[in-house]
Amino acid sequence: MKNIGFLGVGVLFGIIMTKSEAISWFRIYEMFRFESFHMYGIIGTAVAIGIVMIAIMKATKMKTLADTYVGYFNPMKLSLKRHLIAGSIFGLGWAITGCCPGPMYVLLGNGYGIAGLIMLGAILGTYTYGAVQDKLPH
Amino acid sequence: MIEWISQPWHWAFSGAAIAGVMFLMTWMGKSFGVSSSFKALCSIAGAGKRIPFFKLNIKEEYWRLTFVVGALIGGWIASTFLSSPESVTISDETIQALASHGYSYPEMDSTGAGFLPTQLMNFTSLKGIILALGGGFLVGFGARYGGGCTSGHAITGLSHLQVPSLITVIGFFIGGLIMTHLFMPFILG
Repeated sequence: MKNIGFLGVGVLFGIIMTKSEAISWFRIYEMFRFESFHMYGIIGTAVAIGIVMIAIMKATKMKTLADTYVGYFNPMKLSLKRHLIAGSIFGLGWAITGCCPGPMYVLLGNGYGIAGLIMLGAILGTYTYGAVQDKLPH
Repeated sequence: MIEWISQPWHWAFSGAAIAGVMFLMTWMGKSFGVSSSFKALCSIAGAGKRIPFFKLNIKEEYWRLTFVVGALIGGWIASTFLSSPESVTISDETIQALASHGYSYPEMDSTGAGFLPTQLMNFTSLKGIILALGGGFLVGFGARYGGGCTSGHAITGLSHLQVPSLITVIGFFIGGLIMTHLFMPFILG
């Protein structure tokens, strides 16, 4: 029951992703072809507001509901190689399927059964990473 | 109110709403990121028995799984009660680019909504299955290798001014541009 709040935020997220059209393959295709500002506007606005918001939350030492301070705990070690390769692999898949992980769930909810197959692929990809991670540069 | 929500949203409003979701998640003491849910699902399926990477205290993942179930329900609510009658209004250049490969928009999506090209990814052709499964595989593999996806790196990581997130997002675009401009013309045929 204590997770019911996350269900609510998830529902909100699903509605936002659908109505913003960020779940649209065509919007992603259009974005990578630089033929519309729509997706850049969404991501840019979210990040611009996010930066200010997080800075204010940190400066005011706001406490979360879990009684912790706002911060980025366990920051990742910077590895140009790892992050560029990993990001590029993700990008290749993002441009084929037109959806990143969030929209996979939302598209399934929108009634696109094929999103379930995309998600199965993503789960297999996650599993494969776990199986071969020792052999990859990090 | 319902009518107002049902029309397609302006990008600025959408971006602010996504920042709002991140605010709520941060306020609730969690880091906003979706792709880790796939790791949790692997763990539930028993992957932790063979690979230590998937050994998780699954109770600590419940909030994450609850969130993605919510996202699914949200998608259903939006399509059932808040859908707009028109398909997504993509640019004319994009419509023409698809037409040059023999696809008409929005018919490329059997629902007409313009969310997913069912003529490209579907259960009825081998190509359609391979594209969905293979594309999803790359997303899942890349997200875990890089430690996050669009929500974790592009939204949350950048908001926290994390350099690794910036590098990863640059990678997202390198891969996306290569696929769209070099390979997509062959995939679309």
